[in-house]
Amino acid sequence: MGTKPKAVIMDETAINRAITRIAHEILERNEGCENLALVGIVTRGDLLAKQLVEKIEEIEGVRLPLGSLDISFYRDDFATFAPEVHASRIDFDVDGKRIVLVDDILYTGRTIRAALDAIMDLGRPSRVELAVLVDRGHRELPICPDFVGKNVPSSHEENVRLYLKEVDGRSTVEIFDVEPGSRVGSAPLGGE
Amino acid sequence: MFNDHKHLIDISEYSDSELMTILTTAKAFSQVNERQIKKVPTLKGKTVVNMFNEPSTRTRSSFELAEKRLSADTLNFGGSSTSTVKGESLIDTVMTLDAYKIDCIVVRDKHAGAPYIVSQASPAVVIDAGDGKHGHPTQALLDLYSIWERKGSFEGLKVGIVGDIAHSRVCGSLIPALKIMGAEVTVVAPGTLIPAAPEVLGADHVSYCLDDVLPELDVVYMLRIQRERLEGAPFPSLREYHQLFGLTKAREHLMKPDAIICHPGPINRGVEFDSYMADHPERSVILDQVYAGICVRMAALYLLLGGADNGLSA
Repeated sequence: MGTKPKAVIMDETAINRAITRIAHEILERNEGCENLALVGIVTRGDLLAKQLVEKIEEIEGVRLPLGSLDISFYRDDFATFAPEVHASRIDFDVDGKRIVLVDDILYTGRTIRAALDAIMDLGRPSRVELAVLVDRGHRELPICPDFVGKNVPSSHEENVRLYLKEVDGRSTVEIFDVEPGSRVGSAPLGGE
Repeated sequence: MFNDHKHLIDISEYSDSELMTILTTAKAFSQVNERQIKKVPTLKGKTVVNMFNEPSTRTRSSFELAEKRLSADTLNFGGSSTSTVKGESLIDTVMTLDAYKIDCIVVRDKHAGAPYIVSQASPAVVIDAGDGKHGHPTQALLDLYSIWERKGSFEGLKVGIVGDIAHSRVCGSLIPALKIMGAEVTVVAPGTLIPAAPEVLGADHVSYCLDDVLPELDVVYMLRIQRERLEGAPFPSLREYHQLFGLTKAREHLMKPDAIICHPGPINRGVEFDSYMADHPERSVILDQVYAGICVRMAALYLLLGGADNGLSA
């Protein structure tokens, strides 16, 4: 997919500002760090979650437990698509925790539905909240984020992608036209 | 991801990167198997038939657990309860099963080639769970997985396979799989248990003396002496076999300090090895292999039953 982006919606500064604000909002909503843990959805939600954990540590001086979640086994489109599987890594007990799920782009809500099922199979968190960097609309399920970096109105013919410095060499959110026959979703890791 | 492969029958059709994909996927499933809730909804609504026309304990039970942990519906079928004893042909049996609208058939048969015949007769995905002396691809995958877990890579790894090479279907899949991954394979056995034309095995070296090769090996893979297949007395006695080819405590000093011991099971204590070596806390990975069996079978089912991939990553 070598198409040029139509527009850069967020640059590195804007992404950092959004992460800082979301970190504050998470602390405000939960009245501190007690029992809180962050779980990022691979790929890239895990990297955002890591940045949030670092930001919260800067603010509160507390390092929150951080996990990553691969939702391949819980997807509802398995009949048409066997996704590449990445490892999940959640080294803490989710029972009774307040979990903040972190993802890059919120679109149909199906990824979050799958992530909720995956989390529930690991235990019984006391609460699950959702933080996303970009909400692009077009929900197909009753799912609503608690923390949003930026609302980006988009059409079905467009794809919105997050790129992050540590894997892509640049930190931006970009909007593309979807090429016929290609899938909407995160950019592959390690470039295209 | 596995567009080029509908079935898992002949492991030599797979490339090193495809086998590696199976191993990394198995690793992800290993996390599922460590959890309290050892089940994912991935194969919900798929029906898998386990057609075992030959006795099997571990292969069958681990396939069944793998299917259940993926939420597939399973049907166990075979043995003396089948219509083959009433004279029905294999193909008619398969056509009958297909009429139930199934998605996958796991085939174990005493006749080499049976899974291939089934794959020709059925639109379902076919996984070979051991056929005659031909192959046992999921066994090879679990062996690869166990070796990979302990050794980290295969490049240049020296693997010795010891025992009943001639009658072994494990060899039929394991040797090609190890070669694909870049390992160096030596087969070791009495001459009577090596095929007349050993080059068909694809191994790098053939040896008739365990003590000669043992110091070189990173992985010592012991095969079971299949008492039920030893017509014509290939060696004078089990005791003599144990003395010459058994992995015993007395031979441990010949082994590399980090050499590991594998066995496909079921083991014969006092024949292939003594209990000291079979239960060796650092070297023996036999029970890890049993566990790996579930993980790689989940991975194979997942990758083969996943729908048509358009080749793009999500």
